[in-house]
Amino acid sequence: MKPPPFTYHRPTTVDEAVQLLAAHADEGPKVLAGGQSLVPLMSMRLAAPGHLVDINHLPGLDAVEVTSDGVRVGALARHAQVERDDAAYDAVPLLRQALQHVAHPTIRNRGTSVGSLVHGDPAAEMTAVLALLDGEVELVGPDGSRRVGAGEFFVGPMETEHADEEVAVAATFRRPPAGTGSAFLELARRHGDYAMCGVAALVTVDSDLAITAARVGLISVGPGPVVVDLGPALSGSGGAVDPGRTRELLDEAIDPEDDIHATAAYRRRLAHVLTERALRQAHDEARSRRVGGTDGGSVEGAA
Amino acid sequence: MTTPVSVSLVVNGVRHELELPARRLLSDALRHDLRLTGTHVGCEHGVCGACTVLVDGRPMRSCLLFAVSLDGAEITTVEGCQAPDGGMGPVQQAFHECHALQCGFCTPGFITTITAYLDDNPDPTRDEAREAISGNLCRCTGYVNIVSAVERAAELIGDRPGTGGA
Repeated sequence: MKPPPFTYHRPTTVDEAVQLLAAHADEGPKVLAGGQSLVPLMSMRLAAPGHLVDINHLPGLDAVEVTSDGVRVGALARHAQVERDDAAYDAVPLLRQALQHVAHPTIRNRGTSVGSLVHGDPAAEMTAVLALLDGEVELVGPDGSRRVGAGEFFVGPMETEHADEEVAVAATFRRPPAGTGSAFLELARRHGDYAMCGVAALVTVDSDLAITAARVGLISVGPGPVVVDLGPALSGSGGAVDPGRTRELLDEAIDPEDDIHATAAYRRRLAHVLTERALRQAHDEARSRRVGGTDGGSVEGAA
Repeated sequence: MTTPVSVSLVVNGVRHELELPARRLLSDALRHDLRLTGTHVGCEHGVCGACTVLVDGRPMRSCLLFAVSLDGAEITTVEGCQAPDGGMGPVQQAFHECHALQCGFCTPGFITTITAYLDDNPDPTRDEAREAISGNLCRCTGYVNIVSAVERAAELIGDRPGTGGA
């Protein structure tokens, strides 16, 4: 259970990090950020990168900034830092709601939200949050920087658009529209363990408190985060989400697999049940935001 | 292929300049290189919490950290959680009073985790105490007495008379 040997690099700028990654492109370079997924993978000899480029000493990457767009999370912002950030919570409550489910506080003290996105574990909470909020990841490589939307970023299990010679410097989680409530629910075998299924939900209500939009993002039931627009399940009056139609829409979108933790059928069942509960919670929050006037969303369409 | 890397660590207030293989885990650097064997290694992949130490005041799994990545960090191990006079610190005293350990293997991870937790949350409820230790596994005591020890430690740190505890 000891990691295999590797050559260690401690760059002091992003450009230097990118150059190091590019220079060793054929020797399996990896970026070391929080390392809370990478180090155990190395210890279990499931990963053996020849070079580790440690970005922990790069200045300026640890910011959590609230912009008019949403919340921009730097590559070195630890999960715990994002979770505790009150301004980020006001802008995008789903961040804190989801982060409370990410492993244990001890892991969240070191693990980074951006690193978790790049790692692309199908059970990672933040992947569903980014996908549901139409977020994007900023990548810097030898040819400059690019922004990749969540829709293209997650390619498959443990596979993302991030290339070996790139550094993911930030991710932006977009602010949901006014009148939106959110919730994150998951079920794991053990507290803090990987979820057998998890659901992030966004429900938007108008000034008459009728539901105008409902979307969910699911983890552990597909090769990556699965976003399902439940618009077709909204009843004509806009007052409710039809549960039967919701289950049909979920079943069309998800593709759970059997493993030692849960059968595919059980994961499917969890997707149905957790979605129903998460929608209810998000709906309650949306209503109280409208009624209580505590809406932190954008002003567009506000009552 | 891999040359040793220089790293400077402050461990329990003492600065150490080390030359370490890059792949040295912090848990092994503490135990093997610095002979601080209070930090225990259980699962070595971040599940059990036995190796928890404080890095710049925050609890982290030392088996999930490369020592060379922590250049300049301040680390507190269970050896650093004792009282200034060398006696038991408040969390250790609470574990003693509440019979919160049997074999003691997991205890260093609990002591460090709880020490940091009580810094941020000096007066936790029993449910909060349970949540605070949820990332640490104990295979013999069970958790009831450990939860009591969190409450008792909070009393000791706050210099309050015992109400709960053992």
